[in-house]
Amino acid sequence: MEQTWKKVIEPKNKLLDLKLGELLEYKDLIWMFVKRSFKSQYKQTILGPAWFVINPLITSVLFTVVFGGIAKISTDGVPQFLFYMAGNTAWSYFATCLTNTSNTFVANAGVFGKVYFPRLVMPISTVIFSVLSFLIQLALLVGFMIYFMAIGENVQPNMYILLLPVFVLHMAAMGLGFGIIISSLTTKYRDLTILVGFGVQLWMYITPVVYPVSTLSDKLKALIMLNPMAPVVNNFKYAMLGCGKMEWGYWGLSAIVTAVVLFVGIVIFNKVEKTFMDTV
Amino acid sequence: MAEELMLKVEDVYKRYRLGTIGGGTLTADLQSWWAKVRHKEDPNSKIGAKTYGKNEVFYALNGISFEVRKGEALGIIGGNGAGKSTTLKLISQVTAPTEGKIYLNGRITSMLEVGTGFHPELTGRENIYLNGAILGMTKAEIDKKIEEIIDFSECRQFIDTPVKRYSSGMYVKLAFSVAAHLDSEIMIMDEVLAVGDMAFQKKCIDKMKSIANDEGRTILYVSHNMNTIRQLCDRCVVLDKGKVIFEGDVEKAIEVYMNFESSTFPTNYDCNNVLRDDLNFGKKAFIQSVNFLDKNSAIYDSGEKIKIEVVWKSIVNIDNVGVRMAVKQRTSGNIGMAQSKETLIGKEGDVNRSIFELDLSNLCDGEYYIKLFLYESDMSGNVFDLDGAMHTIFVKIKTIKKTRAVWKQNYWGNVYLNEIKILQ
Repeated sequence: MEQTWKKVIEPKNKLLDLKLGELLEYKDLIWMFVKRSFKSQYKQTILGPAWFVINPLITSVLFTVVFGGIAKISTDGVPQFLFYMAGNTAWSYFATCLTNTSNTFVANAGVFGKVYFPRLVMPISTVIFSVLSFLIQLALLVGFMIYFMAIGENVQPNMYILLLPVFVLHMAAMGLGFGIIISSLTTKYRDLTILVGFGVQLWMYITPVVYPVSTLSDKLKALIMLNPMAPVVNNFKYAMLGCGKMEWGYWGLSAIVTAVVLFVGIVIFNKVEKTFMDTV
Repeated sequence: MAEELMLKVEDVYKRYRLGTIGGGTLTADLQSWWAKVRHKEDPNSKIGAKTYGKNEVFYALNGISFEVRKGEALGIIGGNGAGKSTTLKLISQVTAPTEGKIYLNGRITSMLEVGTGFHPELTGRENIYLNGAILGMTKAEIDKKIEEIIDFSECRQFIDTPVKRYSSGMYVKLAFSVAAHLDSEIMIMDEVLAVGDMAFQKKCIDKMKSIANDEGRTILYVSHNMNTIRQLCDRCVVLDKGKVIFEGDVEKAIEVYMNFESSTFPTNYDCNNVLRDDLNFGKKAFIQSVNFLDKNSAIYDSGEKIKIEVVWKSIVNIDNVGVRMAVKQRTSGNIGMAQSKETLIGKEGDVNRSIFELDLSNLCDGEYYIKLFLYESDMSGNVFDLDGAMHTIFVKIKTIKKTRAVWKQNYWGNVYLNEIKILQ
């Protein structure tokens, strides 16, 4: 009897078989994980979701005191508090995406070892969940912007603010890309998890988060702008606060780098997910 | 039966490499690599540990093939390490086969564990959605079935309470209910029914049966519990050491599997290179081996006489050699001891083959072990042990033909005493 099969499990995936269609079948699961993260994150805490707001507030105040007050780094004429808050909002979204997706395999070994679903569901839901805290921080930022504009400070949000979704998508893609590459490698080498926490901190300092690009010499600027996160943070700040200028060329380059990283990430991830249970 | 095939496992191998999966950290791997480059000893290998070569591999599955048709409930049985769980893992795509292919004709739900992905902080209802989605249902499908699931789980009263406050039984019931209501064409279950109270277990089995028989779905079930296998499955596959050793009728499969257990009751014990308990053992007489005769495994019907051959070397001339066997229950200990009435004689340098008959017809079914000694007694009745007891020799007694009433071992012990005579 000739038989047709709906699915064939083989020793290896084809290298470029990204299985994105299958991912779509599981879109409900992605939402379910996002909801689960939201519901469980602040259960049994006193302040609950208020932590979404407290974290960035404290960080911004701290940056204002340390980098603005003590180190006296220029902020291109923008109120220091806003400058740091904007930088921190963008950066912390990327950093959260990266760190939280980077332990996908190790943290979920329990579930992954018992049941199959496309593994990419996990990091993608993490990235979507992080958008939530980004939005809350963004709302906070907008609130302060309005306040500072009302008291006549130099804050000039402009048309480029419409690019916000693009910024978010770009950062999400980059965080996801780097995150899943790292998570694929951590199935074998646990050192990388330690490196991530440390590395993300260092990475922040080569990204114009606490300083404006305008303070850099041309050479240094060219170097810093090769960091794919740099133009995104810079352009985000320009769109929101009107400080510095748009960096189209570097942004384009960064987009290409991101696409490559994400693609490579998915390929590696798909390769690792087949057998990672044997090594994790 | 011309039902279509739902699952076909074709010549599947799963290989694990022994020992050399890597140091776990990047630095350790680099160190090992650097040492290898310089032909030095690997600093990360344990001293004295057997170093596994690159090619030393272990096949958890060694070329298995089987097919399952629509509406069939297939049981998979086998001892620990036979490859049952590995098979299920491969079919449910948790890990990939090394060689071979698995063909599926439909969606698969695997329950390798109860409550996979349950989050303690979420309520029962939320967990039904989450768990259902993990197992491959869409939200709309769960919406349709949620009431049915809650009813089946018997947890309606607590359905909006976080599951961390559930008793373990409720937790399991809820988890099983979700899986049992999935729409997938193939269901895989690993020993999950071994939980919940008796009533719920029965309910589960009935549900599974109706899934297979009435709804025409396919079930793959792994268990060590032969009763549930009997109740649920139409057909069985018996695995051993990564190979299919039997496929077919359930009762026959169980029989094959039970006999295979005998590998733990060997018939030959080599005593040549075994450390003795006492320095004086083996000086005058040395036991070379102990063997059960006429058997493939040391499993005896109750009442069956046990023939034991002892090969021993008499190093000096000795006479008056007797044999003593202390019999102990495997878990509860001492039962009794049997001695030979006659004695043996050994000439210097001879290798003697002595065959003994042991009668354990007074013992009830169970697993026992024997400590065997050769001893020498002198004129005045003093006894000196010559050699023995280096192995614990296992015997299993299993009634095949029922001749006695059910024996309540917990109350009555292991020994059938002589019948009571009624004098008046």
